[in-house]
Amino acid sequence: MAKYDFAIAVGGAPGQGIETAGKSISQIFARYGLNVFTYTAYQSLIRGGHSFLTIRISSEPIANHGDKIDLIIALDRDSVEKHLPHVSPGGALIYNSDDVKQEPERDDIQLCPISYKELTNDPDRKRLMLNVCASSVALQLVGVDLSMLEDIIIRAFLKRKGQAIVDANVAAAQASYNYAAEHFTPFDVQFEKQDPPLAFGSGNMLMAMGGAAAGVKFYAAYPMSPSTGILHWMAPNARDLGIIVRQCEDEISVVNMVIGAAHVGCRAMCATSGGGFALMSEAIGSAGMMEIPIVVVNVQRGGPSTGLPTKTEQGDLWQVLGASQGDFPKIVVSPTSIMDGFNTIPELFNLVDKFQCPGMVLTDLSLAEGHTTFVPDSINWQPEIDRGELITDQGQTEDEYLRYQITDSGISPRAIPGTPGHMHVVATDDHDEDGGLISDEFTNPHKRRDIMEKRQRKMEGIVELLPPPTFEGPEDAEVTLIGWGSTHSVISEATQMLTDAGIATNHIHFKWLYPMDEDAINEVLAKSAYSIIVECNYTGQFARFLRSETGFKADSHIRKYDGEPFMPHHVVDGARELLNSKTDLYVPYQEIVV
Amino acid sequence: MARRARRERPVQGAPTARDFKGDVTPDWCAGCGDFGVLNALQSAYAKLGRGNHDHLTVSGIGCSSNLPGYVKTYGMHTLHGRALAVATGAKFANHELNVVVTGGDGDGYGIGGNHFIHTMRKNIDLLYIVMNNETYGLTVGQASPTTIVGEETKSTPFGNLETPLNPVAMAIVAGATYVARAYSSDGPKLAELMYNGMQHKGFAFIDVISPCVTWKGGARVIFDYWKERVQYLEDHDTSDRAAALEQAVKTGHETQLGLFYHDTSRQSLNEMEPVLENGPIAHQPLGISKEQGDAIIEKMM
Repeated sequence: MAKYDFAIAVGGAPGQGIETAGKSISQIFARYGLNVFTYTAYQSLIRGGHSFLTIRISSEPIANHGDKIDLIIALDRDSVEKHLPHVSPGGALIYNSDDVKQEPERDDIQLCPISYKELTNDPDRKRLMLNVCASSVALQLVGVDLSMLEDIIIRAFLKRKGQAIVDANVAAAQASYNYAAEHFTPFDVQFEKQDPPLAFGSGNMLMAMGGAAAGVKFYAAYPMSPSTGILHWMAPNARDLGIIVRQCEDEISVVNMVIGAAHVGCRAMCATSGGGFALMSEAIGSAGMMEIPIVVVNVQRGGPSTGLPTKTEQGDLWQVLGASQGDFPKIVVSPTSIMDGFNTIPELFNLVDKFQCPGMVLTDLSLAEGHTTFVPDSINWQPEIDRGELITDQGQTEDEYLRYQITDSGISPRAIPGTPGHMHVVATDDHDEDGGLISDEFTNPHKRRDIMEKRQRKMEGIVELLPPPTFEGPEDAEVTLIGWGSTHSVISEATQMLTDAGIATNHIHFKWLYPMDEDAINEVLAKSAYSIIVECNYTGQFARFLRSETGFKADSHIRKYDGEPFMPHHVVDGARELLNSKTDLYVPYQEIVV
Repeated sequence: MARRARRERPVQGAPTARDFKGDVTPDWCAGCGDFGVLNALQSAYAKLGRGNHDHLTVSGIGCSSNLPGYVKTYGMHTLHGRALAVATGAKFANHELNVVVTGGDGDGYGIGGNHFIHTMRKNIDLLYIVMNNETYGLTVGQASPTTIVGEETKSTPFGNLETPLNPVAMAIVAGATYVARAYSSDGPKLAELMYNGMQHKGFAFIDVISPCVTWKGGARVIFDYWKERVQYLEDHDTSDRAAALEQAVKTGHETQLGLFYHDTSRQSLNEMEPVLENGPIAHQPLGISKEQGDAIIEKMM
């Protein structure tokens, strides 16, 4: 079977159909049975501005957009000017010669000018089909059959826009494909179909699907980039799947509705980004106090404040760890890939149901808005569901029911409203075993101590169930790269690249962030060589957290906080530089700017 | 103070208000208007004729928000201002529960103002009872959103400059479908309004004048004050929204009581939601079928 690792990028202004072109090309390769990962660098605008979408296609499993771009489709002049340097030597640039009169200056790549006017019969001159023309040229250059694109055009346009639009687009596609065959040199890489076809979706979609599989029956949201994709999946699927989906007036309402639904017995979930999460903080503490299991997803974007709505960062770690006043049991998890996002949701629901506490998923734009292919059968629609000690029997109890009964595990059996014989009040004030307010008794210090210790005992049970960080690569290495959450695949690739280049490297990666089992983690960290913590924020939030929990101090750091995700070579370059210099911090330079 | 978990006594025949008495003794000041509200609510619950476990009483934070501890139903004593949002989630999870929300003016009209507006707009099937005493009682007497102009409080020592909110007018405008005002001293009328509000399919709202005996000059002063200012609406068509608003915006403390507005034509959001047609979602099996999963994947191919 042929080996491929090829990337196509599409640049242009929002409204030019970049997403459509990107999705079409990605779907074609997915149907070819090839692995695809896409990432879009864009701005917080609806029209105008500039977007740049990278589609990486590989015969190997991939989970990031890679290091190089072989072929760029520039839908406007701006894209030619901005991205001409980003085409790898030996690559190609497709552009509209109606717009770009002066030939771009690169003699180590193939220039592929096409004239939109000549290739189409488009009287309204709005250039609505430019994306189709350019995509057809790209597909011709890499040996993909045009019928693949025609199918997608028909599927996308026939219902919504009618036969005339379909015919015009298909004609434009054919003319462009033929023009490319006559005028341009095909790439050495010519893709061949590899069965079976793969499915294609975003991180947000897969987290939403994970929620559905976990049995989420109530989902609430306030729109906030880059988490809105979960709402956009939940809303259209809600009625088929029996899920109540509500858009609320603010994130405070969102999380409180989720708490209400969860208390009455539903698995309930919500998602937001950093600013919305800040508004949810107080209620997350109340779920801890009332011992109500909820799942809150924070899809991080660049902060602080409104920050970078369309850019990525791992900058909310301390916010999530410190969310809400006081001490209460909670679980924080950071999925390591898009597909891991699917599995994480049911895993976390089982834990929060068992331990009756809030669980927080900390992911970021690079995964949530990234798209990947996957083997359809790899999705487990029937994950294990464990609801913990939930009282659902409709009979009367003989004994008095104590909602917050003091137990060795700290877990008190949970009755849901509507169940006869188990009435109680849950309270955000601290309370006694029966839910009665301690503060009403002029604050009883002994009861307070007992109930605080009861709640916190749950943390001991949680720690036992959380897997330690993963360890990949040779035990005997020169360098250890340490990361958390979304950077897993980038660091894995960098580990391999460094090892291939003669610098033996291994990789420790954290998915479950809180609570941390100090001994188990130190056992893994003891295997580390010259250690470098790689993360996407300015202050080294994870490095500081790891040190506070385990006493481990890394030798050096690679940090990125420019809004764009890491590419593997950023980590490789950083590791080399740090090994050879006396500094302990490397900040990669972001080459591709939109 | 009694601290026993509440065991539901098997009710012989129709429940009485006594059956809804909680095990905790209220910690309100002697003479507080909230006692009248509590008694009326216990009567209304009893009149509905359902088991104690079929009710969920949700509150926020404040003197009046301690109420769920004083009734024998399921209860949630949530965060300050968030009771309506929590109750909305609870109602969607199990729409067969009778969900009643209680709280005060600071809780509902101040910190919870945004939820107040939008819960009415959405017409969620809840009964919301606000014990309006025009002060922040538990934090020892500051001005609230309903404190009148000129009143001297701990936070307005030179007299309140701000115009008070008109909750009844606001409710009519925001989309509540059952809007009433009541006086805590008239128990039978209050209980009747509550009972009808529980029966109403949609968002029912009762602003109850519930005088504070501690921060408003003492029991005698404040009850005398209100006694001469309240009167029941007469010859009023409760189906006429414009007429209701006209009554509601009559200014000052010369206050109309009774049912201002009752719209039976609008469905509640819960009734409009097809997902709830198969029964409460809290009782549905978890997860999705292989067929549903395959259909989802098919759209991703």
